[in-house]
Amino acid sequence: MPIIIELFLTFAKIGLFTFGGGYAMLSIIENICVEKKNWITHDEMMNITVIAESTPGPVAINCATFVGYKKGKLLGAIFATVGVALPSFIIIFAISMFLEGFLEITWIAHAFLGIKIAVGILILDAAIKMIKKMQKKPLQIGILLVSFAVIMLVNVLKLHVSSIMIMLLAAVVSVAFFLLNKGKRKEGQA
Amino acid sequence: MIYLDLLIGFLEVGLFSFGGAYAAIPLIRDVVISHGWMDDEMLSYMIAVSESTPGPIMVNLATYVGSNKGGLLGALIATTAVVLPAFFIILIVMVVVKNLLKNPYVQAAMDGLKPCVMGVILATGVYMIFGNCYVKTVGSVDITAVLMTLAFGAIYFGSRKVLKKGLSPIGLICLAALTGVAVYGI
Repeated sequence: MPIIIELFLTFAKIGLFTFGGGYAMLSIIENICVEKKNWITHDEMMNITVIAESTPGPVAINCATFVGYKKGKLLGAIFATVGVALPSFIIIFAISMFLEGFLEITWIAHAFLGIKIAVGILILDAAIKMIKKMQKKPLQIGILLVSFAVIMLVNVLKLHVSSIMIMLLAAVVSVAFFLLNKGKRKEGQA
Repeated sequence: MIYLDLLIGFLEVGLFSFGGAYAAIPLIRDVVISHGWMDDEMLSYMIAVSESTPGPIMVNLATYVGSNKGGLLGALIATTAVVLPAFFIILIVMVVVKNLLKNPYVQAAMDGLKPCVMGVILATGVYMIFGNCYVKTVGSVDITAVLMTLAFGAIYFGSRKVLKKGLSPIGLICLAALTGVAVYGI
């Protein structure tokens, strides 16, 4: 079987059988791509995990593109990436056709009223997990608290400020502090 | 134009969602609420559906919003847009500038971005929980929702102390669905 077809089918299988999003996929990708197929080494897998964490976008897409490129250059990257996204696309597209009608059924509407509450807790949990793992330097804690306060205000007062603006600002502040510290260190040396 | 709005909106989501699916939720919320495409309630439903169906959560959400607003073409545009930045950034990191992520300026920017993302997710979660517990139409606190929030929170976080891995997100969603049917049906 040509490698690009194999990449496509393998990643389509990963996309079809992993629930719970990207981080749940990492262990499946490791199992298939490192242990079964020997496409990448364990070290490369660790490496891609780090890269996926510090680059934007779905973690599963980052992995698929990485492994695809490694094994089949640009065409491999395209086939692996399309493969991992395609099952989701087909399933959700099918669901989107009837979900709203589905929600008009009384007991399903009731079920979703409960589910809505669970989702709030899942989002809170995702934030808490990330915060537990972060480096707790003063600047980082400051940025965390200020961003939290700003987004709360934006939501409560229904302001039109995008999260992206705040993220860019945080990045700029952090780079400014980095330059400032670098300047100080140079002065100290001189 | 709806297709252009979907393209730009989800390119932004794909480009700024540092830290996986839950980092994308505030961004997707910005897009759907600023265009008036969805409210918090529908977004919560879709997050639950995306958690309970296979595949990357971000892709699931993009496909749903796209399909809902622009049919098959809309779904294709939104999904491609959310995937494309990740695809190109990985290629750039692998092929063009291999040490991009080790660059001290990039690292300094990331050191600011990451805690900000966490603050944004935390605020979104807290705000959505408050939204669930407050009935806008009546302007009062929804006691049932408050009790359910406390109960689910206790079960979800408490289960980690009892079971090795704790209750999974899908487990919590199933439990919440059953509770919803029981509480609101009777």
